[in-house]
Amino acid sequence: MNSLQKYKTLFITTFKLSACTFGGGFVIIPLMRKTFVEELGWIEEDEMLDLTAIAQSSPGAIAVNASILVGYHVAGFPGAMITVLGTVLPPIIIISIISMFYKAFRDNVIVNMAMAGMLCGVAAVICDVVINMAKTIFQKKRLLPVIVMLGSFVAVRFFSVNIIIIILVCGLIGAADTWYQGKVKKRGEKDDIP
Amino acid sequence: MIYLELFWSFFQIGLFSIGGGYAAMPLIQNQVVDIHPWLTMTQFADIMTIAEMTPGPIAINSATFVGIQVAGFPGAIIATMGCIFPSCVIVMTLAYIYYRFRGLNMVQGILAGLRPAVIAMIASAGISLFIMALYGQRTLPADLIPFDVIAMIIFVISIIVLRKWKTNPLWIMAGSGVAGIILYSLI
Repeated sequence: MNSLQKYKTLFITTFKLSACTFGGGFVIIPLMRKTFVEELGWIEEDEMLDLTAIAQSSPGAIAVNASILVGYHVAGFPGAMITVLGTVLPPIIIISIISMFYKAFRDNVIVNMAMAGMLCGVAAVICDVVINMAKTIFQKKRLLPVIVMLGSFVAVRFFSVNIIIIILVCGLIGAADTWYQGKVKKRGEKDDIP
Repeated sequence: MIYLELFWSFFQIGLFSIGGGYAAMPLIQNQVVDIHPWLTMTQFADIMTIAEMTPGPIAINSATFVGIQVAGFPGAIIATMGCIFPSCVIVMTLAYIYYRFRGLNMVQGILAGLRPAVIAMIASAGISLFIMALYGQRTLPADLIPFDVIAMIIFVISIIVLRKWKTNPLWIMAGSGVAGIILYSLI
């Protein structure tokens, strides 16, 4: 695929995804994953999760941050500019049109019915993606990632712990784990020497 | 200079809203209702409703709306640019650092620690949306029985279609919107 086609695909994809992200920033992550990981194969599964963590812990809208990261990875700085454009254009166009008659839009029965239906669709899409992603964690056959996953879930869901704190703590756990594994390995090598 | 003021206000909103849309709400209110007389509180509540009903990040939606109200379409573009400018700089720097250093053992360890947490956060966001769809509010009600049956039907069918045929999510979104219009008009 030459670079012009790549830019075109990046723009069209992010434009379409952004036009469909109802219900908050996280919704774009499963949609992006489906397109860029499964369909186009431009990003790896683990990489997508890393990019999500970066998008989540940076200031600004998650959808914008995630598209910057995806664009940057696929085509560098110009790629990032194109994906940002693709992401902000749909809301700009839609809100510009709606702002002319926003009271009528807000109270329209059919719009509200479609919205209620789409909310269920979004919930189902997220549920599907979470099942796929959680599977990869269980397949590692290690206890620590599973504990981190369940622990973070409880912290976010039931104790409303700030997401930045969770990211810091889990990063530290990962670092400590790597350090410990390295030490165990070194000791093992030492024992091998007669 | 109204354009500069718009840019600066939304620059601050973009810079200080960490953790997604709902974190940005009070910041937007502070900038466009309290500090600047750009919107009344009623208009602000309206734009928050519209922002939730339309696609796109809440901050971008309100930047466009406020920009148009204050200085027409150019205002909308300027406000949106102000809003995404901090993200562009910060996220691109982080992306550079990530791709430069992710090969390092320790960085890989940290990232491996983060991945399960990210999945947990997405799961939690999904559950919030599911509760919103079933009960029309953000938190679980005390009485769980009277839920929205139509919402449940659309959810279950969507999830079956997704799992079975790996359908593109965009079709699920469009389909569930149409299903909403048809099913809710029947009752």
